[in-house]
Parts: sequence; structure tokens; C-alpha cells
Amino acid sequence: MRTLMIASALALGAALASQAFAADTIKLRDVAELSGGGATVGTNFKNGADLAVEEINAKGGILGHKIDLTHADTQSVPGIARAQVQKALDEKPYVLLGPGYSGSVKVVASLAAKAEIPEIIGGEAAELTQMGNPYLFRTSFGQQSTMPKVARYIHDDLKAKTVAVIWVNNDFGKGGRDTILKEFAKLGVKVVADQSTEAGQADFAADVAKMKEAKPDAAFIYLNEEESARILKEIKKQGLKLPLIGETTLVGQKVIDLAGDAAEGAMGHVGLTTDAPVPAIQKFRDAFKAKYNYVPDHNGIKGYLAIYVIKAVTEKMGKIDSKLFAKTLHGMTIKAADEPGILMDVTYDEHGDIDRQGFLVEVKNGKQVVKQILPKLGK
Amino acid sequence: MTGPRATTRTLWPWLIGLAGLVVLLVLPLGLARYGLYILSMWAVMTIAAIGLNLTLGYAGQVSLAQGAFVGIGAYAGAIATTNGLPFIAGLALAIVLCFVVGWLLGYPALRVQHHYLAFITLAFSTLAFLVFRNEEWLTKGIYGITDVPRPRIFGLSTDGPLAFYYFCLASLGLVSLATWWLIRSPWGRAFVALRENPVRALSLGVDTRRYTLIAFALGSVLGGIAGALYAPLVEFVDPTPFTLTLSFNLLMMVIVGGSGFFFGPFLGALISVLLPEWLRFAHGYYLMLYAIFVMALLAWSPTGILGIVQKLIADRRTRRASATRAAATATFTAEKSS
Amino acid sequence: MANLLNLLISGLATGAIYALVAIGFTLLWQTSQTINFAQGEFVMMPAFFILAALHAGVPFWLSIIFGVLISLLLLGLVFKKALVDPMLKHGVLPIAIATMALSIGMKESVKEFFTAEAEPFPSLIPAGNVNIFGVEVSLQSIGVLVLAIVAVTALNLLLNRTSVGHQMQAAAQNPTVARIIGVPVERMILYTFLINAGLVALASVLITPIYLAKFSSGEVLGLAAFIAAIVGGFNQVRGAIVGGLLLGVIDNLGAAYISTQYRGAIPLFLLIVVILFRPQGLLGRAEERTV
Repeated sequence: MRTLMIASALALGAALASQAFAADTIKLRDVAELSGGGATVGTNFKNGADLAVEEINAKGGILGHKIDLTHADTQSVPGIARAQVQKALDEKPYVLLGPGYSGSVKVVASLAAKAEIPEIIGGEAAELTQMGNPYLFRTSFGQQSTMPKVARYIHDDLKAKTVAVIWVNNDFGKGGRDTILKEFAKLGVKVVADQSTEAGQADFAADVAKMKEAKPDAAFIYLNEEESARILKEIKKQGLKLPLIGETTLVGQKVIDLAGDAAEGAMGHVGLTTDAPVPAIQKFRDAFKAKYNYVPDHNGIKGYLAIYVIKAVTEKMGKIDSKLFAKTLHGMTIKAADEPGILMDVTYDEHGDIDRQGFLVEVKNGKQVVKQILPKLGK
Repeated sequence: MTGPRATTRTLWPWLIGLAGLVVLLVLPLGLARYGLYILSMWAVMTIAAIGLNLTLGYAGQVSLAQGAFVGIGAYAGAIATTNGLPFIAGLALAIVLCFVVGWLLGYPALRVQHHYLAFITLAFSTLAFLVFRNEEWLTKGIYGITDVPRPRIFGLSTDGPLAFYYFCLASLGLVSLATWWLIRSPWGRAFVALRENPVRALSLGVDTRRYTLIAFALGSVLGGIAGALYAPLVEFVDPTPFTLTLSFNLLMMVIVGGSGFFFGPFLGALISVLLPEWLRFAHGYYLMLYAIFVMALLAWSPTGILGIVQKLIADRRTRRASATRAAATATFTAEKSS
Repeated sequence: MANLLNLLISGLATGAIYALVAIGFTLLWQTSQTINFAQGEFVMMPAFFILAALHAGVPFWLSIIFGVLISLLLLGLVFKKALVDPMLKHGVLPIAIATMALSIGMKESVKEFFTAEAEPFPSLIPAGNVNIFGVEVSLQSIGVLVLAIVAVTALNLLLNRTSVGHQMQAAAQNPTVARIIGVPVERMILYTFLINAGLVALASVLITPIYLAKFSSGEVLGLAAFIAAIVGGFNQVRGAIVGGLLLGVIDNLGAAYISTQYRGAIPLFLLIVVILFRPQGLLGRAEERTV
């Protein structure tokens, strides 16, 4: 019994002691939702990042240094995310990646800032970059920049006076719903149905029936990919005909594959999509598919981009310096012509938010068709 | 289900407790922030697991709501302290709430049938999560409560990781002592009597329902205390940690460590909280390996790791006893024949 | 009105799936006091067995047969021999905990060895709607309902009209007496495990085209089946059917007319009310009180 305790204590000490420092590698640490509710998000992000690391290392690394990237699992719980981020920070990485859940980001962002280590996140919740944290960077549009575009499209182009908002009741869905409701209020679009759904919900009969009774001119659907597919199927089943507008998660190839012809006609704003008419993205998609045997969602692209952002910034600086990294990236534009891995030109602002070309797409014949190209806001 | 013997006359528990305490006091001095955080997390989860062990290990009641009580405690603590009340007020609120809710929950379930407590608590767990998430006016909903302050104890700040660790450790110490006293009190003996043979306990005049309820409510209170510590540890409270998964995990901690053993929750929580560390070599497969480990362990020893240890000690003792006996017999016969 | 009918039918179709899963749940409980917390994952797995075969280029119908056989083997035979049997002597709780661990293990293995993504799954039943009394009802809902009814009827015939069925019931109700009168109790218990495996495989084939195949899709189903079993009556096959159908309908009506935010709470209230006022379940026999 005593030996057991001592053995545990020893093992504990050994486990907690910091790892040997390999001087000639660039140390990156990813803390992601690899199990629990966010497993799909985290796994995609991880795979995308691993792919980028593999590509870069095969070509000799960044400034001649190989990348050393490891992943830790938050189990989708902020308390564990905090532990894993603390651990990652104790190892003094160059840049921290993740986590995905906005709640977890809120817990850990100040830790990374205190350690003066930049953190590249996948989260899209509007408030994250409003906290005045100089070390936090996104890889995709925040909701505060996508929702106005969507709301304006519903109001200006679709001429909808009333709208139903269907959202998934987690931090992602609630954040989007709260943001777009404000936009609708500004534009004078009336929300006639405001319905929450559960993550992982399978049966949408009741939700669609309720939406039908509200008789909106259009519906804004903000769910995860598979729930989007299920509700599209249900909408078709109940014979409801109205314009359906969403985000990447409504019109992605994954949704089209899952929902089949029920996805026809769905429209959405898309920031990152494997279906964008950009050759670099198509190439990324094929490489990803070859390695993991499935087509990634936007989280896969985010993970991939995060690594290439690090590469671009580091090569611009010409040295490895976490503090300078954060300073350099603010206000920096990375051009796909210079760094093909970045896929599309991107500009970071002083909050760590990004500006990039976006698309308004519609699903036609099982494919995304770009209806409008939304130019970068900045220039 | 056979439990361990209620009393041990040996000094072993004390020695182990002392050795463990020394390790826990000295070890952190050489640790980085991560190590301190995870040890604090261990202390918090151990408190919750001790509570469940009281309900399950000593009183024999399966509760699938311990995670929800940790949640109630965390929200009580976070709401109180972010509104300017001192930590102790949040803690008191957590204790009272968990006791009352535990009592209200257990009362009807235990009125009908013992194993219905498991079902009721399962339902309650899910309900509690929905309330945490949906009642935004109170809990700030899915966005969670940020900047939960760490307490000042006797004017000392526990903001630093080491200070907060010692605070958690001290809380664990107090809870352990209180539990140690409780299970040796007449109440504790009544709990064990309930688990071992409810019918006999009833016939001996033990008010079984009342004692079961007390055990359940006290176990829930410990969950609440753990929650009140969890909130300032993470400095953030949102609904996602308090799903059924946490209740399952706590249950597994108790069973893996050894339910009904005083030190079972300590060991079970250690294994669970440090899981990603133990199985670091396994990368993404660590939860899978843990699952296999739990299944294999239970097939071998339903009383967990400490059950195995106890069996080994008992075996050795019998072996030693029989060896002494054999030797004695040999001497005896040798003397006779000479 | 049209909406209401639509909701009813769709609720019944979902409820029929819950019922299939809940029946297996109660069977395991009756014959071996196994509370299977991995029951939801048991429904998730067969879909992936079938998908694995499909990806290997096997035709759909053959893949289904393959999936069902693997399910019978792994979720029936191996589950019983490797997990339940060694633990049976330790009582109810260790098995329950072990099945919790099993559910984690199953989810994680699908995620690691297959995919963390949702996968589409081909449907046995053609898509499309039929018009009943002026209401558009999907063929899938009707198909699921019909197949589930056929399966349950067949199971009832097996249990009540055949000698094996009678022996199974005897083994479940009083194993000691059953053994004395010469019922091979062990084999009967094995049969119930195989029946459970068959039912979850059927549920999997019926539900996955609608729910999609994903490692986590068993979580909701497992909980629903659990509630359905208790609401209907833990010791009755009939109870599980009624519980499942009731739950499906109540869930749909509740979400439509009461609250979507608290949708998950409505079945739980039902559960609590039933435990308080009719603890043996709506159709269950009262068990003796332990104390």
C-alpha cells in the first residue's frame, strides 16, 4: 500500500516535470476539443494543423527549424482546457493553438497573455477579440463581421420582412443568434420565430412545424453541419418552401453530402470553405482527403491556416520571438502569392480579427455556386 | 456486494495518510503552474468523490447526480462571489442548497425503492444542466460567469497558484477529517449497516430511510463544497463541465479507487485527473485505454484497486499465519519425537 | 391540425425506435440484472459495421447481413461472455459501471479508427411522401413504424408462443426454479443477449439514415431508451413499447407547444412523475420493496 502511494507520487512527479527542451525545433502546442461535445471541431482542427506541419517539415521547416507540434485534449471542458493550456504554457511554446470552445478560450486567453505567448484560436464568438487581449488571433471571421453581411443580404436582396431564427443552443449558436438579432433590429426585420435546438439533436419535426406556423419570409439557420443536414431533410419532408440562409455550416459540402437534394437552394455566407473557387483550396482539400480519407469542414482549414500564419509571420520577422510575433501580426497582410499555404490573402487588424474575401453561395445540383464575392472590407 | 471490513486495528491508514500528506505538502514546491493546477483539481475532485463514496461506498446508494451537485456548488459560489459576497458566504450557500436539494431529491426516490435513486438522480443531472444553461438571468447561460475571484483567507490572498493549492489541500484535509469522524460515529456505523443488510438494520431499529437520506444529502453537500472550490480554481463557470459525464466520471473514480474504502476516492481521483499524464504515450487513445482498464479492473476486483490491495494483504497475513502454524506444528512434533 | 398529425406520426416513428432499444434494455435487466449504460452506443455501432463493409465495396444488402452478424457476435456473445459473465457475481453496480466504461470505449474507438465526422447512411426505405387524410407523411416515418411493429410482434410471438420463449420467461422470472425444472438458464440468458443485439442492429439500420452515423449519436438514444424503459415498466416488454412510443410523441409535442429550450426536460419530468406515482412503470408489475 505504501509502495503504491510512493510509486504514484514518483510517477506524478515524473509526469509533471517539464519536458526536455529540444533547441533546434519550433515548439507549438495545440489544446483542442478531441473528445466530448466538441470532438468533431477539435479533431478537424488537429488534422488540418498536422497536415500543414507535415508539409512544412518536409520542405525543411521554418527558417530551417522543424516544427514540433503536440496536441492535448480538453475533453470539451473549460476546467481541463485550462489545465492543458497551463501545461502547454509551462513548456514555453512559441505559439499556442486552440482551444475551440469560446468558453475555454475565455478561461485561457488571459493566461497566454500573461505568459506573453500568442494564441491562435478557432473560435468565432464575437466577444473573444473584444477583450483587448494583444496576444489573441483568429483564423476565421468572427461573428461580428459575418452576421451584418448575412442580415443585410436577407434584408436587401431577399426583401424579407419577417424571419425565423433557428440556432443551436451552445456558445457558437447562441453567439451567432445574439449577434444577428441585433442586426435584424437595426434593419427593421421582424423575428417571428426564435427557436433553440440542442447540439446532437436528431429529430427536427417539432422545430420545423413551429417554424411553419410562424410563416416567416425567410429562415436563418445556424446549426452545426450534421444538425443542418437533418433540419434541411425535415424541411423538405414537411414541404416547407422559403429561402434558407445560413453560414458555412449550412451550405458546406459535408451538409450537401449528408442532406442530399434537401440542401438544394440553401444559401449562405461562407468565409472558409473547401468548395471555394480557389485552386489553392482545392489543392489543400485533395491533400487532406488523401491523408485522412474524408473532406474537412472549415475547422480543418482553420488548423491548416494557423500553422501557415505562424510560418509567414516568422519568416517575415526572420527570427523566433513570441512577443515580436504578436506585434508583427497585428496589421499584417499575408498574400497567397507569397505564402501559398495561406490559401487566400488575409489581413489581421489590431484586435486579432481577420479580413478576407468572403462568398455568398447557393447550393445548386449538389454543389456550392458562388452568387456574390464579398470583397475584403479594408481595401 | 461485499465491502471492506469496517474497522482496521492496524496503523497502516495513519502511516499512509501521513506519508501522503508529506508528499502533498512538499511536492508542489518543485512544480510549475500546471502541476499545481492539476493537483488543486485533484483535491477538488477528491472532495466530490469522498461525498459520493459516502453515499455509495458506505450507504450503498447509487447517485448519478454528484456532477450536478458540483455544478450547483460552483454556481452558488460564483454567483455569490461575483456579486461582492465573501467566499465563505458562497460556500455556505452551496452547502445549504446542496443539502436541501439532496434531501428533496432523495426523499421521494427512497420512499419507493432503493435503486430508483439512481434513475431520479440521472434525470436530475440532465435537468440541472438545462437550468444552468437556460436561466440566463441567474447563471449567464452558455456564456458562463467570468472572473470568479479567488478568496482571501484570514487576510491572505490565494490568487497565486501555490497559495490556492494549499487552500484546496487544507479544504480537503478538513473534509477528510470530518468524514473520518463521521464514518466512525454511530451515523457512519448505521450507514454501513444499511449497506450490508438493510432488512436486519431495519429490524434492529435503524430508521433506514432517514439514514439513507442523511447519507445522500451529506454526500451531495461534499459535492457542493467541491463546486464552490472549483469555481475560483478555474475562475470561470459555465454549464459544459456539469453534464452527466462528470457524474459518470466521479462514479468511476470512486469505484476504481475502491468504494467503501476511506482512501478510495483519493486514489480514484488521482488516476482520473492525471489520466492524460499516465497515458501520455497513448495520444488520442488514452480514453479508450482507460475504458478498457476500468472494465478489466471491475472484472477482477469489484472493490477497485484498494480491494486488490486489501486482498493481497489479507492473503499475506493468512500465509504468514499458516507458516507460523506450520512451523509451530513442526517444532511441536519434533519435540514430541525426541 | 395537419401539423399535429404530422408531429404525432413523426413522434411515433421516433418512439418506435426508442421502443426497440428499450425492449433490449429491459430484457437484459430481467434475465441478468444488467443495466446497460452502453445501450445507445450499441445502436451506434452496427451502423459503422455496415459502413465499414460498404466502404470495402460490399453491396448494401450484404453489408447489412454482415453488420447484423457482427453485432450478434460482438454486442451479443462477446459482450455477455467477456464483460457481463465475469461480473455477474459481483452484483448490479460493477456491471453498470463497466458498461459506462464500455460506452466511452466504443465512442472513442469509432472516433479514432473510423471518423469523428457524421457519415451519411443509405436508407432501406425510399424517400418521398404519401398523402394520408390530406397530410403529407414521409414514407420513412411509416416504414420505420411498420418495421418496428413487425419486429416487436415477432418478438412477442417468440416469447409467448414458443417453448424457447416460455423457457426464457421462466429463466427471467425465477432462475432458481427454472433451473430445477430443467430450463437451460444460461443458454436462455445468452438468447436474450442475442435478441438485444438483433434489436439494436435493427434500430441502427432504421434510424441511421435519418440520424446519420456518428460516434456520439448513441448518447441521446441511450438516455431516451433508458427513460422509456422505466416509464413503461422495467420488467415488461409491453411496457418498453408503450414507454418508447409515449416518449417519442411527448418529446415532439413538448418541443412544439411547450418549450424548445427545455425540450430535454419534458421526458425527465415524465420519468420523475412516473417513479413517484407509479414506480413499477405504466405497465409494469410491482416488485417487492427491498426494505
